[in-house]
Amino acid sequence: MSQVNRLPKGGRVDRSQPLTFTFNGENYQGFAGDTLAAALLANGVDIVGRSFKYSRPRGIVAAGAEEPNAVLQIGSTESAQVPNVRATQQALYAGLVASSTNGWPNVKNDVMGILGKVGGGMMPPGFYYKTFMYPQNLWLTYEKYIRKAAGLGRAPLEVDPDIYDHLNQHCDVLVIGAGPAGLAAALVAGRSGARVILADEQEEFGGSLLDTRETLDGKPATEWVAKVIAELEKMPEVTLLPRATVNGYHDHNFLTIHQRLTDHLGEIAPRGQARHRVHRVRAKRVVLAAGAHERPLVYSNNDLPGNMLAGAVSTYVNRYGVAPGRQLVLSTNNDYAYRVVLDWLDAGQQVVAVADARSNPRGAWVEEARARGVRVLTGSAVVEARGNKRVSGARICAIDLKNHKVTSSGELVECDLIVSSGGYSPVVHLASHLGGKPTWREDILAFIPGEGFQKRHCAGAVNGVFGLGDVLADGFEAGAKAAAGAGCKVVEGSMPKTEKRKEEAAVALFQVPHEKSTSRAPKQFVDLQNDVTSAGIELATREGFESVEHVKRYTALGFGTDQGKLGNINGLAIAAKSMGISIAEMGTTMFRPNYTPVTFGAVAGRHCGPLFEPKRYTAMHRWHLEQGAEFEDVGQWKRPWYFPKRGEDMHAAVARECKAVRDSVGILDASTLGKIDIQGPDAREFLNRVYTNAWTKLDVGKARYGLMCKEDGMVFDDGVTACVGENHFIMTTTTGGAARVMEWLEIYHQTEWPELKVYFTSVTDHWATMTLSGPNSRKLLAEVTDIDLDKDAFPFMTWKEGLVGGVPARVFRISFTGELSYEVNVQADYALGVWEKIVEAGKKYNLTPYGTETMHVLRAEKGFIIIGQDTDGSVTPDDLNMGWCVGRNKPFSWIGWRGMNREDCLREDRKQLVGLKPIDPNKVLPEGAQLVFDPKQSIPMKMVGHVTSSYMSSTMGYSFAMAVVKGGLKRIGERVFAPLTDGSVIEAEICSSVFYDPKGDRQHV
Amino acid sequence: MLHIFCPHCGELRSEEEFHAKGQAHIPRPLEPNACTDEEWGDYIFFRDNPRGIHHELWVHAAGCRKYFNATRHTVSYEILETYRIGEKPTVTEATVGEKKATTAGVTA
Repeated sequence: MSQVNRLPKGGRVDRSQPLTFTFNGENYQGFAGDTLAAALLANGVDIVGRSFKYSRPRGIVAAGAEEPNAVLQIGSTESAQVPNVRATQQALYAGLVASSTNGWPNVKNDVMGILGKVGGGMMPPGFYYKTFMYPQNLWLTYEKYIRKAAGLGRAPLEVDPDIYDHLNQHCDVLVIGAGPAGLAAALVAGRSGARVILADEQEEFGGSLLDTRETLDGKPATEWVAKVIAELEKMPEVTLLPRATVNGYHDHNFLTIHQRLTDHLGEIAPRGQARHRVHRVRAKRVVLAAGAHERPLVYSNNDLPGNMLAGAVSTYVNRYGVAPGRQLVLSTNNDYAYRVVLDWLDAGQQVVAVADARSNPRGAWVEEARARGVRVLTGSAVVEARGNKRVSGARICAIDLKNHKVTSSGELVECDLIVSSGGYSPVVHLASHLGGKPTWREDILAFIPGEGFQKRHCAGAVNGVFGLGDVLADGFEAGAKAAAGAGCKVVEGSMPKTEKRKEEAAVALFQVPHEKSTSRAPKQFVDLQNDVTSAGIELATREGFESVEHVKRYTALGFGTDQGKLGNINGLAIAAKSMGISIAEMGTTMFRPNYTPVTFGAVAGRHCGPLFEPKRYTAMHRWHLEQGAEFEDVGQWKRPWYFPKRGEDMHAAVARECKAVRDSVGILDASTLGKIDIQGPDAREFLNRVYTNAWTKLDVGKARYGLMCKEDGMVFDDGVTACVGENHFIMTTTTGGAARVMEWLEIYHQTEWPELKVYFTSVTDHWATMTLSGPNSRKLLAEVTDIDLDKDAFPFMTWKEGLVGGVPARVFRISFTGELSYEVNVQADYALGVWEKIVEAGKKYNLTPYGTETMHVLRAEKGFIIIGQDTDGSVTPDDLNMGWCVGRNKPFSWIGWRGMNREDCLREDRKQLVGLKPIDPNKVLPEGAQLVFDPKQSIPMKMVGHVTSSYMSSTMGYSFAMAVVKGGLKRIGERVFAPLTDGSVIEAEICSSVFYDPKGDRQHV
Repeated sequence: MLHIFCPHCGELRSEEEFHAKGQAHIPRPLEPNACTDEEWGDYIFFRDNPRGIHHELWVHAAGCRKYFNATRHTVSYEILETYRIGEKPTVTEATVGEKKATTAGVTA
């Protein structure tokens, strides 16, 4: 278990705390303070995965969020599996289990890799589109194997044992990033009394200061970091969030922060702790100090393990005490990259050579490197890496930048590590989440955040400011502006002193030239995660994909979890060059939230399991449970579906419940129907306008069924409304439609007819409703009420007030079953007692509770519609054969009238609601089955309608259905056919949709 | 997530409490029966989709349940004003255009 690449000293790791972990089944050891990536490099693990498309071996490239290759699967048990973890962002803990996500049978020996090598040239961009197009129906088969071969991890198959939180926050200043600029900004804002949140994605605050060679006030920069954090910690209005990635910048300064609270402690959170927390922050001002990512150079075989970013190697050396190699070659175009050379020498390792693209670099660090004996080859670059599974050499040639040519035969040097730096790309992702287009600055060869609509201030490297002193000043200024903008009085602080150092400008170099043309040279990778090469980008532009967004989609550049962190600018530069335009003209693609992957647990927060959705229970729910009811979800309501007796299935229970209602009496919990209390002198006029039928003559004490349409003339809700007083009505709606009907009434009242004096109050939960239905319902109700139930005193479609079970009640004599029925409404908190009294009194009548399924059968036997089942938003009242419910002579042009008189609504061959009687009375048509007139026609058949409701009627002894059929009302007596997926065909006769008691005698007794 | 000032509650509240109800200032024709099929179709189905200033109807559904209008910029998503039903917007494409013209004049 020797850590072959661990330096004898240095780094911020705790060498007294060794931690063992497993990678791809082998045990290793690292130290507390390591990231998983640092520990893997310390152990000399070169290959961490296989590439997405070509299956080439890949190693760790970066040290932060921009890592494209080391995207691993974490978890020792099934329930703890987490895909998509960047090894560079995962703190090491004891017992960590990680594995590669690509590679079969394993990453060291990969079958696809051989294919990739042989077939690489045969897999250009668009390969899948071009190759697997024909025959079309085989795509599903291809896809299965393609998906298996690709992919970046898998979801766990077991339930996540952890809990996740969401927290809403408000602050004056949100500072994103705790590097030098972010710390400076937070310090000023905090001192000014602002409520500050400082969020940083890393394990520790400090950013680049944690591994810099530079000093502050003459002391190591980390000392200043510690001092600032200590001061911020003492401020009560400052919240420090480490391990917290600001992943999304949303409208009106609303930002989401994904904080990993316990991921550094183990794969499962300690008892009682949330594992992740999503902070939903509304910030008055935002300081964006997200820093910059170093850009690699694009040269041949730049994906071999042992090719890394220059700055990342400095980070591994200085922060973790890890040297990921022995003999280093640097290829660069800028001064700042030289720090890796000095760090590498300080660590006692060998620097083979530096290839600098500039003709005569003379910056301070360049000279320091020269003075320490480093061989600096100017006007040169590494054009090709050599090696099999790890870098073993680098070919360095002189290059002509202007003509993009190799100008010398060059030399092959032996080395095991090639580091490159092509400049620095500000992390503009968050700044462009809301559409702000980044701006290209030729002087620094980088995109900086463009003009934003939001109240934000960019500071430091993200703003294109790179020198440490300038970064700190920029941070202080941004913090002061933000605090002032949030209404605080700014308290200025003093800046730490930085060293002055001569630094020269970089030259533009993205793709390094090769002797061979781009398409013939060994692969030059631009986007390592998506396996996009410079040849692929050139091909895309050759094939006519000229817009940057098209190039992106054709090649997959910057796709997926990578979001173009390393490859984007290089890709744009190559595309621009191949089209002969500038990068500024090319522009960049937009970045989208999230900046780095977020677990589903964090997205869901507490909105899972029993808290996934609110559940609504009626007042009688306890009784239903005691009776062993099966429940059905109707909207958020839990409604009894049927009440099975011992050994009964649904079919038997429903048959028994139906028979009880038709023969004696049943009881239904109808509390979930929407109820809206409507009051005001214009209530009646309002009803006239929103219902299709007339309400002018409805007397107090009477009730009426009404249909509601939208302006297009299509039915959208129905229900019975009763007149309680001259200016007072109670409207019922469908269970699922209660909220939208309420909103519908309000929108018309508030926006169209505010002059009408009327008020609406939702009283759905205030009243509980129990429906007694069946020939014995009158006798039963009489035993528990003081209301005169005589058929002349209390006729059909009227209502009375009185006591039921000793409780004040409104009783409506209306019927949804076709039987003699009473709907008893009482105040919900008394309802269970009343229900139990009725049930007790009902014993001698075999009172049977029934659920929604029996209700559906009974109403369908009567041809009563259910909105949303028999209607679908394309059905007019006339289509439903409910023209009797349309007030054709109402003076006001009510909602729906104009719409249902459009030419198309008056066609005679519209789909109309009819009854269907299967010729075989035992066959039940499936609901949703498509209907045809001629079953012998060839496929695709001409469909003429579909079945909306279908049941077996135990009362009538045969199956029956409701359906919409083209011109159906004129086809009564004709046949339709339902060809089913199993090849069988059910034949049915079109009939009236009223099957049972068509004259309505039973409800009028 | 938008931050919306409800003119009835007098507070800035999160978008979650609101429902957008589409373009504002589309009065229901006073004489629907006098409309041709085409006019009626325009009224119920056709809406503007401007790049820039958009007046739209919102309801504070999980708040006071009142409807109100908002002037929103469809590019920046900035809400420039909210106002009650029956009131006229003070920010319109015309006023913004004027403003632009004056600024341009100053800088030129």
